[in-house]
Amino acid sequence: MRRGSEGTDGSWPSQDRDQAPRVLSALLEDSVEDLYENAPCGYLSTLMDGRIAKINGTLLRWLGRRREDLVGHRHFSDLLTIGGRLYHETHFAPLLRMQGEINGVALELKAADGTRLPVLATSTVKRGEDGEPLLIRTTLLDARDRRAYERELLRARQEAEHDRERLQRLATTLQRTLIPPAIEPVPGMEAAAHYHFASSDEVGGDFYDLFPLAGGSWGFFMGDVRGKGADAAVVTSLARYTLRAAAVSDPEPGSVLANLNTALNQQAQEDEPPFCTVIFGLLAPEEHGLGFHVVLAGGGHPPAMLLRADGSADYLPTPGGQLVGVVPDAQFTTATLDLRPGDTLLLYTDGLTEARTGDAGERYGDEALLDFARSLAPTSAPGAVGAVTALLDSFGEGLDDDTALLAMSVPPGER
Amino acid sequence: MDVRKRNRVRVTGRESGPVVMLAHGFGCDQNLWRLVAPALAEHFRVVLFDHVGAGRSDPSAWSPERYSTLDGYAQDVIGICRELGLGPVTFVGHSVSSMIGVLAAVEEPALFEKLILLTPSPSYIDDGDYRGGFSEQDIDELLESLDSNYLGWSATMAPVIMGNPDRPELGEELTNSFCRTDPEMARVFARTTFLSDNRADLAEVTVPTLVAESAHDTIAPREVGAFVHAQIRGSELVTLDSRGHCPQLSAPEETAEAIIAFVQGS
Repeated sequence: MRRGSEGTDGSWPSQDRDQAPRVLSALLEDSVEDLYENAPCGYLSTLMDGRIAKINGTLLRWLGRRREDLVGHRHFSDLLTIGGRLYHETHFAPLLRMQGEINGVALELKAADGTRLPVLATSTVKRGEDGEPLLIRTTLLDARDRRAYERELLRARQEAEHDRERLQRLATTLQRTLIPPAIEPVPGMEAAAHYHFASSDEVGGDFYDLFPLAGGSWGFFMGDVRGKGADAAVVTSLARYTLRAAAVSDPEPGSVLANLNTALNQQAQEDEPPFCTVIFGLLAPEEHGLGFHVVLAGGGHPPAMLLRADGSADYLPTPGGQLVGVVPDAQFTTATLDLRPGDTLLLYTDGLTEARTGDAGERYGDEALLDFARSLAPTSAPGAVGAVTALLDSFGEGLDDDTALLAMSVPPGER
Repeated sequence: MDVRKRNRVRVTGRESGPVVMLAHGFGCDQNLWRLVAPALAEHFRVVLFDHVGAGRSDPSAWSPERYSTLDGYAQDVIGICRELGLGPVTFVGHSVSSMIGVLAAVEEPALFEKLILLTPSPSYIDDGDYRGGFSEQDIDELLESLDSNYLGWSATMAPVIMGNPDRPELGEELTNSFCRTDPEMARVFARTTFLSDNRADLAEVTVPTLVAESAHDTIAPREVGAFVHAQIRGSELVTLDSRGHCPQLSAPEETAEAIIAFVQGS
């Protein structure tokens, strides 16, 4: 195939190559002056104080002004809108002074007829041989199209911010439905709770409650649905209401968890069954009002902590308890204890023990929590929640998951 | 609250010298003083800092409520003076910081030896006979200018900052920090700066005050300088032979001389 007058190697034939400079030079302006005057951008030279020393034809046409009215008489900032002048004085000029150049700053020119022309300004300081600044050279690019495009971006950004706020409000509202607005007071007992939100625009998966049952007994639970967001919220909501409903018909903690397990299994989607970890407990006041008899059932949840009146503290393991919702016939084990005056029972989610505490990313861990509890005991429900909340705060950025706390205590000396 | 970290406070200069505190205005940070600070450091203990929301101040200290009045900034200045415990200082406030200094010195005169108000304006908006130089619409235009530079701000400003062939020692560290401001914070500071009216506070000033205006300043024109001078009893007025709102950049020697003379004068 013949390719025009090109040689076989793609280069121009030699006589054309000789012609090229002449042809090009005929097309191009010879005159440097013309290059300057009619460049496709505005050119401007000013003295260091901003007084206009030289200006090109393009910029004069944009402004609708005459050279003799500007050169020697006006300052660069006189060409700007007042807002642009303020920006020039507070940002552009100081930075240019300090850096010797400034690049692509958005300003608005004001033409003689009052119209405005958005431009992008770039300036450099020309220095003499001794390094002394002599004058400022500025190029101005017509930025009308770009400005329209930027306005669209800005509008889109503002809209996105607005949507994000709406989403946060929605998430916060939804989250509030998943935890009780306040802990109901239990006669003869102090109770306190805290929820740390790791993110303001996602619904976390931790949940807890403390609620009355028939015969003066109370139910409570602390749980954690894996994952976050809308899917987790659906499971959290299901778990919370199932636990409360199941406890009404049969409050035995093992049965309550078994019922939740069945409900979650029925809910299972094809790919991923919803599951959670839970501790469910039943509180029954002791007959002579000394404290409470507690039965706990655990389903894969971090063990509860007992902080005793005598200053000791220990985990209350519910060994063998399986995650709730994974297999149809999950087994849950129970543990019992007596909560006596001065004792505090603390439940929490794994955001606490899995918080990162060091630069190397090590986790806070069960051991550290046990030591912390031992240094804290004896305490009370508000005392324990307050201290652990302060501990959570001390983790700062290391606390990256939602964390819930629920504590119950029998006031000391209660007779 | 560690105020040194909050305001990125730096103390340099002669240890036994009188204390001079330099406060930057809207648009930049403590770097704005770099052409005058070395001359001042020969004579004085020089305290530099960034207002919260500017430069390398602690972003976690920012609160749009606290910093939407000049009093929030004035409280920070008082806090820095107390924390450093250097005794009464001469406070040099540029532009809006001159009014921040006025508010601080009215509230806690014992902390201030002298005030130097560099290109001050107690109110930028025209009001009756008072000519501040601007209308509210003009200020809205400035906010638009800020927004126009909003998108490019972080990307455009950083490379610009690099070009400093005659001061290679500025190097890498300044590349990403020089006079950079979060646009949201700049917006709040702009509104606070240009919409505040502190005319009534001037008469309350009791510490010796120097008003240092720029001969050609569109932001704080000379009639505003004269107004400030007239309102502060016993104040001195000096007109620096400079153009623009930042004489510490356009006429650094003269600005330093004026500061030195006033601090050393009795």
